[in-house]
Amino acid sequence: MTALLDVQGLVKHFPVKSGAFGRVSAHVRAVDGVDFHVNEGETLAIVGESGCGKSTVGRLALRLIEPTAGRVMFEGDNLLALDSDQMRARRRRLQVIFQDPYASLNPRMTVGAMLGEPLWLHRLVGNEQQRNQRVAELLELVGLRPDHVRRYPHEFSGGQRQRIAIARALAVEPRLIVADEPVSALDVSIQAQVINLMKQLQQRFGLAYIFISHDLAVVKHIADRIAVMYLGKIVETATADELFRNPRHPYTRALLSAVPLPDPTVVRERALLEGDIPSAINPPPGCHFNTRCPFARDSCRRDPPALVDDGTGHATACPWWPELPAAAALLEGRGTQEDRSRLDRLQAAFVSAQEAT
Amino acid sequence: MSLTIGLEENPWARAWRRLRRRKGAMVALFVVVFLIAVAVFAPLVAPYDPTLTSFTQVRKPPTWAHWFGTDEVGRDVLSRVIWGARASLSAGLVSVGIAVGAGVPLGLLAGYAGGWVDTVLSRIVDAMLAIPFLILAITLSAFLGPSLSNAMIAIGVTATPVFIRLTRGQTLGAKVEDYVEAARAVGNPHWRIALRHLLPNIVPPLLVQASLAIAGAIIAEAALSFLGLGQQPPAPSWGSMLNSAQRFLAQAPWMAFWPGFAIFFAVLSFNLLGDGLRDALDPRHK
Repeated sequence: MTALLDVQGLVKHFPVKSGAFGRVSAHVRAVDGVDFHVNEGETLAIVGESGCGKSTVGRLALRLIEPTAGRVMFEGDNLLALDSDQMRARRRRLQVIFQDPYASLNPRMTVGAMLGEPLWLHRLVGNEQQRNQRVAELLELVGLRPDHVRRYPHEFSGGQRQRIAIARALAVEPRLIVADEPVSALDVSIQAQVINLMKQLQQRFGLAYIFISHDLAVVKHIADRIAVMYLGKIVETATADELFRNPRHPYTRALLSAVPLPDPTVVRERALLEGDIPSAINPPPGCHFNTRCPFARDSCRRDPPALVDDGTGHATACPWWPELPAAAALLEGRGTQEDRSRLDRLQAAFVSAQEAT
Repeated sequence: MSLTIGLEENPWARAWRRLRRRKGAMVALFVVVFLIAVAVFAPLVAPYDPTLTSFTQVRKPPTWAHWFGTDEVGRDVLSRVIWGARASLSAGLVSVGIAVGAGVPLGLLAGYAGGWVDTVLSRIVDAMLAIPFLILAITLSAFLGPSLSNAMIAIGVTATPVFIRLTRGQTLGAKVEDYVEAARAVGNPHWRIALRHLLPNIVPPLLVQASLAIAGAIIAEAALSFLGLGQQPPAPSWGSMLNSAQRFLAQAPWMAFWPGFAIFFAVLSFNLLGDGLRDALDPRHK
């Protein structure tokens, strides 16, 4: 089966200009050679700390910014080879939801104009009546009232605004939606509603998602597969279940151990990750993670590790993972009752939200 | 654009509805309309020929015959103020129209396109702004030849760089907003992003600047008239009246008072109207 989206060797270096003449003095290596694919109807989550390049990957996949190098195959065509008219037409098939619903909706457009625009741009409706009907349909689809069309974004709450953003993305009937931290600006109960809505819509329309997030609890709920990014590179990919059950890369383990616990009495080993993420202008040689990795050895500071698939779809960019202590020992307390409670809380919220809709 | 019809109230109808709720702006609008009406119907409302001199009526204070008094060659000040509204208001409106018409598209282009387009435009703007406003206006209108319409062109061109710079700056700020990226993701062509998504969001500061620029243009026309580069005597403009009144300020203050009062009122009204429009066009304002 060919993937809906297949990204290979994606690189994005942002020039850093300095001096009076804007001389390029350095490059921020935001994305430094990334390969991944997304199948029809599945959700690939990209997780990592802020600054790891995950949002840049999302924008590159949509060609909202131009990559320095690489290939983005979507439905069999290289998006990067399309001219601007072809690309605009292709935007119908791949859409985006942004993190901050307060910034992603034009404050001077009504909801109706915002949802009607893509329909009109892609000639999806023949006349005004059809358009109004479709806009009303879209609003109902995301749980808003059709009479909201005349309102402006500032008249809505954060959750409602994100629903509008989802409706806008859905308007053109895309195959793939890149969701860049779609719920991290919302509070937990609203997060559950929005995630549920996204899941419902996925089932109904067979959408594929690239779900970019730093919140592992949310990711666990929605993702089929997960790619973990660190400093512009993917360090581990696996199915969601496998990754949570059996994390291999030291960074993935550290991330999982950093999921906050709601119970203050639980003491957990948290010394896994020290220091800040190094600058992407001058990433450490060898494995980018070697400066913070408790298991780093000499070769890690020299040889960049390849992302190696073990044949089951679980790929790890650490040649030493089989020799590391078992994940269970590292993640002591993980997977037990108290760890789960945030997840459970979220799940409970999901269920109640689902019943409410 | 057909897209706006049907799903939303016509934005102009909406702005008008909101503007009507603002007393200050409505008074200002009334004054502006009144002044424009006076200018348009000057031949009907002016009691005398504004260029008719009378050596028996030199520098007379206001009387029933001459409500605003007479000037140094016996012309009726009221009639000259009324006829002067034509020159002064059109100088203000036309020159700002030129500045906005040229400056906003260029600023939008510079800010949105960036790169060498921006560099070239910005350097030209820098060079023009380095020359004092009046000096540039005087030079240009001297070059074009003395007449009111050349003065308007000169003032308009001189005021353009401010609008380029302001529009460019606002565009730079707005184009990194998520909603602009969202507009691109939805498949909008660049011209549509610039005109439909960016422009409406940067109108408020432009409106305020335009209302201030009208005031500045009226005064600049006065300065050019003083040098013989604007309205050609004996035809009146508020600025040229004010300038000729200077010499008689002690003996005949009414010569200066009325055109000055007219300028003051026009400028104040344009400013208040600009403020009101800015608020009325902002959907977030209640």
